[in-house]
Amino acid sequence: MMEESRPLLSRVADAVYWMARYIERAENVARYIGVNLNLQLDLPGDPAQQWQSLIDTSGDGEEFLKHHSVATQHDVIDFLTFNTENPNSIFSCLRAARENARSVRETISSEMWEQVNEMYLHMASQHLAPGAEWLPEFFRLLRLSSHLFQGITDATMTHNEAWHFARLGRKLERADKTSRILDVKYFMLLPSLSDVGTPYDDIHWSAVLKSVSGLEMYRKKYGRIEPRHIVEFLVRDRDFPRSIHYCILRADASLRAITGTIPGTYNYASERLMGRLRADLDFTPVDQILNSGLHSYLDGLQVKVNEIDNALLADFVEWRAPESAAGIHTQSQSQTFAESGDR
Amino acid sequence: MQFANYQTEGFHDEMFDATGAPRDEARLLVDTIASLDEGQFLRCQRSAERVLLQLGITFNVYGDSAGAERIFPFDLIPRIVTAREWAWVERGLKQRIRVLNTFIDDIYHDQKILKDKIIPEEVIKSAIFYRPQCIGINPPRGVWCHITGTDLVRHGDGQIYVLEDNLRVPSGVSYVLENRDLMKRTFPQVFEGLRVRPVDDYPGRLLEMLQTIAPHGAVENPTVVLLTPGIYNSAYFEHSFLAQKMGVQLVEGSDLIVQDRKVWMRTTKGLRKVDVIYRRIDDDFLDPQAFRPDSLLGVPGIMDAWRAGNVALANAPGNGVADDKVVYAYVPDMIRYYEGEDPILPNVPTYLCWRDADRQYVLANLDKLVVKAANEAGGYGMLIGPHSTIAQREEFAAKITAHPRNYIAQPTLALSRVPTLVDDHFEGRHVDLRPYILYGNEIEVLPGGLTRVALRKGSLVVNSSQGGGSKDTWVLAGSPDDGSPQ
Repeated sequence: MMEESRPLLSRVADAVYWMARYIERAENVARYIGVNLNLQLDLPGDPAQQWQSLIDTSGDGEEFLKHHSVATQHDVIDFLTFNTENPNSIFSCLRAARENARSVRETISSEMWEQVNEMYLHMASQHLAPGAEWLPEFFRLLRLSSHLFQGITDATMTHNEAWHFARLGRKLERADKTSRILDVKYFMLLPSLSDVGTPYDDIHWSAVLKSVSGLEMYRKKYGRIEPRHIVEFLVRDRDFPRSIHYCILRADASLRAITGTIPGTYNYASERLMGRLRADLDFTPVDQILNSGLHSYLDGLQVKVNEIDNALLADFVEWRAPESAAGIHTQSQSQTFAESGDR
Repeated sequence: MQFANYQTEGFHDEMFDATGAPRDEARLLVDTIASLDEGQFLRCQRSAERVLLQLGITFNVYGDSAGAERIFPFDLIPRIVTAREWAWVERGLKQRIRVLNTFIDDIYHDQKILKDKIIPEEVIKSAIFYRPQCIGINPPRGVWCHITGTDLVRHGDGQIYVLEDNLRVPSGVSYVLENRDLMKRTFPQVFEGLRVRPVDDYPGRLLEMLQTIAPHGAVENPTVVLLTPGIYNSAYFEHSFLAQKMGVQLVEGSDLIVQDRKVWMRTTKGLRKVDVIYRRIDDDFLDPQAFRPDSLLGVPGIMDAWRAGNVALANAPGNGVADDKVVYAYVPDMIRYYEGEDPILPNVPTYLCWRDADRQYVLANLDKLVVKAANEAGGYGMLIGPHSTIAQREEFAAKITAHPRNYIAQPTLALSRVPTLVDDHFEGRHVDLRPYILYGNEIEVLPGGLTRVALRKGSLVVNSSQGGGSKDTWVLAGSPDDGSPQ
């Protein structure tokens, strides 16, 4: 149990969690687009397929198709970056991150608030997509500003309960995004297994790694590009900060820092779900993942991350207050509503 | 940057005397500014505005789309108050707050002042901020007005008057602290050689005051929270600013629940008891069980917890009865009645439209007077006679005739002015001054306050919602008796 001089409001925990998630989401979108811009210069053929895969990764394909029949570079970038209606566009993410930060300004550090505010104001002042020659730099700066935010968060905010909620949000979002990018690219690349050994195969898989800033680190560990190792690296690596396993390990550690529950047991539904996912990642060999189907494995993983998200909400934010407060305001009552919101 | 072409135009100027010479206390500042070249000064001004936006020091404007924010314009030329004048203002404010507090307590208990016919009973009973729900309640230490932001103005006669008392939920103190900070960041050279009294200790004093009013039997280190209506409130920045500076939780109504006549907050670890609430929500919205049943911002049952003495509320509900502009007219009589003293700070002469003679005078002189709704704030519901059109005067004449109790009138004051940057030169603009007063164990006045400035040429309306800006306010340190500026 974290020793807190003051307890954390449920609403504040929720806002800090979402602030971090939205910034992580914006960074990931910026990263995919940056990689795709670079990739299309190397590849022959129809660029629409690549931009389509970006829309698929975002999970907003249906919404996009309502407005566009073909995924052109311009439309995809506009939809994923500047569109104010798309709730997952970079603009919308930064707006939501800032609204959340604004509601907890007294909990986060001033430096954190100033950084979120600046990211948003910069984005809001960008009324049009910059010219094509500026796009790579534009997305690079977005990524950097997110890194800056995370650095500021780690360096200026006490690593208290609220900080752990921020880290939970960031790691869960990242695990989800890494799984999606792997899923979509793997699916797209499968039909072209005949390309194995051609330069294009390498380029595609390198792009997957670059999307999570992982190419260099992968090379150091495995050398040659090989799909099986890439899956091993992005799903199961313990030490690479964008691998799913790494993210879930850190999320689990933060959750236990928040609850104080000893390892091997659980008091909350979210702890149980998180622990099971972590164990699954700890002990499932990559061949088993591939044999049972990577797509269904990643799909299941995304469902589990969603379940954890829901359980966190029920355990810490939307719990039902008991009828009378008498005698329930001590630490021990956490058990009272630990499982009440499990769904 | 020169003041060579600066004109006082017959107004009382806070920086220059009638001959156009700098006042003693302003001479050093005038010299410093004069020694800067134009570009340097303008750069300081621009950089101050940029910092405000960067820090998110903004307010929301009602009626704008949700979330639209503006900075509260800031002007670099400060307003200077001498030590001697401040000592007098401080004495006057303490006297006034003490008496207003006594008055509110009296209204909700024995009503002696009504029985002795100093104030007509119907004035109180018809005041819209009078709260019968508060009758018989004894807030901790008998304090009802913990935080006050009194509006002061200086007229052409050089005299400072009280314009409004603002006892309910006065805002603006965050700008006092931020303006000073901004001055130090962007314009440090002007502080040289002057001893300006610091304002930074306000959050600490506020917290101390809030802790002293904790209910009896509260723990040694009582839990203080600041209750905000939320991020769309126009003063949200200030709420989060004060909570952050005090290191207390900023809560919304939905974070609190009342059980067993006690107030609790919802945390990740269950419910925690709350001892003191600095509430920045109006009485009307505070408790749907006691006041407006449709309020979603408040906390059902909080009035009951307060009545039971299990939680302290600052400011105390019901204290707005003294904010009514008709009641305001009686404050000098209150001071004489309760304290047997003459008021130190005078009221602006006020005509009460429900008195027949006053109303006839007001209706005959609408083009000269300022007419105000008795219960509005923020510069709304106001007619400034000399600046009004015939149609506006006719509209107000009809309103006054229909609801005389709701209107008062005052002579149009020639508010004093301070040089203000307009494009690339200085022009005089009208100002007021809002000092902040805390009342816990004793009454304390923050040395300084918010100087609001009407940025539009000739305008007398200083409210942020109506084209107002603000300036730093420098109260100079020094012996109150020697009259010297330093």
